Amino acid sequence: MTFELETAANPEGLKRVVIEPVSRVEGHGKVTLLLDDDNRVHQARFHIVEFRGFEKFIQGRPYWEVPVIVQRLCGICPVSHNLGAAKAMDMIVGAQLTPSAEKLRRLMHLGQVLQSHALHFYYLASPDLLFGFDSDVAKRNIVGVAAAYPDVARQGVALRKYGQEVIRLTSGKRIHGTGAIPGGVNKNLSMEERDSLLKDIDQMIAWSRDAVELIKKIYCDRPDFYNGFGYFKSCFMSLVRDDGALDLYHGGLRARDEHGQAIFDHLDYSHYWDYVHEEVKSWSYMKFPFIRSRGREEGWYRVGPLARINNCDFIPTPLAETERKVFKAFGGGSATQATLAYHWARMIEMLHCAEGIQELLHDNDLLGSDLVNRGERALRGVGVIEAPRGTLIHHYRINEDELIVRANLIVSTTHNNHAMNEAVRQVALQYLDGQQLTEGLLNHIEVAIRAFDPCLSCATHAVGKMPLEVELVDAGGNVIDRLNKNSDGRCDA
Amino acid sequence: MSKTITIDGLAVPFQEGQTIMDAALVSGVYIPHLCHNPEFKPHGSCKLCTVNVNGRNVASCTMPAVEGQQVLSDIAELNADRLALTQMLFVEGNHLCPACEKTGNCQLQAVAYYLGMMSPHYNHFYPQREADASHPDVMLDRNRCIYCELCVRASREVDGKNVFGLSGRGIKTLLVVNSASGLLGDTDLAVTDKAAHVCPTGAILIKRHGYAVPIGQRVFDHITIKEVQTGGSDE
Ligand code: SF4
Ligand code: FES
Repeated sequence: MTFELETAANPEGLKRVVIEPVSRVEGHGKVTLLLDDDNRVHQARFHIVEFRGFEKFIQGRPYWEVPVIVQRLCGICPVSHNLGAAKAMDMIVGAQLTPSAEKLRRLMHLGQVLQSHALHFYYLASPDLLFGFDSDVAKRNIVGVAAAYPDVARQGVALRKYGQEVIRLTSGKRIHGTGAIPGGVNKNLSMEERDSLLKDIDQMIAWSRDAVELIKKIYCDRPDFYNGFGYFKSCFMSLVRDDGALDLYHGGLRARDEHGQAIFDHLDYSHYWDYVHEEVKSWSYMKFPFIRSRGREEGWYRVGPLARINNCDFIPTPLAETERKVFKAFGGGSATQATLAYHWARMIEMLHCAEGIQELLHDNDLLGSDLVNRGERALRGVGVIEAPRGTLIHHYRINEDELIVRANLIVSTTHNNHAMNEAVRQVALQYLDGQQLTEGLLNHIEVAIRAFDPCLSCATHAVGKMPLEVELVDAGGNVIDRLNKNSDGRCDA
Repeated sequence: MSKTITIDGLAVPFQEGQTIMDAALVSGVYIPHLCHNPEFKPHGSCKLCTVNVNGRNVASCTMPAVEGQQVLSDIAELNADRLALTQMLFVEGNHLCPACEKTGNCQLQAVAYYLGMMSPHYNHFYPQREADASHPDVMLDRNRCIYCELCVRASREVDGKNVFGLSGRGIKTLLVVNSASGLLGDTDLAVTDKAAHVCPTGAILIKRHGYAVPIGQRVFDHITIKEVQTGGSDE
């Protein structure tokens, strides 16, 4: 562990390096490093620079509005928020979902995870993975990938589009649709819609397999490098199905420690606060959740694809399950802790999504018309879902008038906050310590952050990507060196 | 022989006692309007329906049709005024379409689309207005009220109650409800009342129904407000 790097003992007299904003992640974050005269790293932090409280915004709004409004948190994974909030509202309206409603929601969710994983892998991560972390920055982007690997880029675009089409047909729009409502969904699939999705699904499965092969090859060609990059051990948390299977839509919470031992299992998430607490630190707007029984220092964990693939006992679709076994064997049979293994796990999940979509498309419940259910109303609702980036918690309390009085959201990126900081500190020590800083070296830090696919808009509401600016500031606060990366990836001093 | 007026050069027949708006609607001629609803007596407050009659601007929803009137409606100058009025309505209240369950079914939004409104243009007032969810089945969100008084008229004329009213003047105007507590839950409004269903915007809503109609099946998803209100096609 590198806790000692979280806060430097004597920050005075150190120079400050700022990476802001971190590029090719969703939203706006920054990294600051404190270095001494020999460029030794004394402090490394990844933090969030902006925050607008969504929880406040929805206070006083009627609960049935929330699943739609909450999607405005994010342009990349709005469906996760739609579903997370809708699940919470199911509890509030006392609904047991009909088979049609649940399957339509699951389909929407698989489409969402598929498109989000495709976006991350092909657009955001593949430039680093295919060209190298300190390769020519002018080419290290999706345009460069399209030029050098046109097939890969084309498949990425097509997979993303397919996922978006699933979302459109289940929610009415490609982004910010209205599919899931309290107690069910507002729309089923028509026969034509179902058939239009069936037409291309085999191709999507084939390309998802190619993606797994690609990342596997990249990884296995340099196993020591990939395993060692930003390596650290941690706990993992995710939902699992009752039988231990990977389930992105619903399940109980499972957390395992760094040795793979259960901390809790099949936990009813409607009382998550008994198990997960959040710590506030003065230097970041993003909170730091931890598992209560392990305490602040030992209780932090990772969520997302790596956590899910490590945590589940099996994947309920055959091709992805085969790949999970390969992945597991590669890790020596126990949980793979490597930061960059996120990419591999993510592609196994993308394959699972494609297979899951195919399976669902053959289920006639998708065409059913029994879409909404209501039961006895409750004043509190918790919805948890495995969003593309990890466990997403929505928690609401309403008053007798049915207006929101309190809301708490713990988004995936927040769960990973501590772990991302840990990765940054590791990489800073491994690659930057004592070195003259270059763009390529600084990109190593971003590569570590990017592995988590953080969504800072979810965590903060900041939208849009901006160019990266790195400043070297000496002890007196004077800028002694400056590196600019423009939004097109080009650098100038 | 029926009497006629002309609207934008088109001969439009009318019957004694009809307004220009009445005659236009019967003939499928669209004059943008918000506070008018043919089921109720005209109100003449939003001024969106302003037309030019023999050189003078008047509200077509209150102006009786008179033989031989030359009416201009669909002209650049009047449409610019209508757009400005609509934009003012948007900034005077809190009309956040992406966060409103009435989206796709809202006449204010539909008129804005029809008039080609691309932005609110004016600075938002962001007024502080209360939502009232005290009624078990009906919710009142004053943020979206445009003071058309349709609910006031419906409650009085159709429901035989007196649930809604406007108080205050100008920018301080507020929709109030008729109960000692000032809360909707303490009035005799019933969910089946006409007043609960007449609001052209999302200010009066039936509870728990938000977003039940999928995108693609909402009133204005495929047709414009002109087609909806005149039964014609948008040519
Ligand atoms: S609540 Fe609706 S119907 Fe009543 S005055 Fe306001 S906008 Fe008009
Ligand atoms: S419709 Fe005539 S003034 Fe409003």
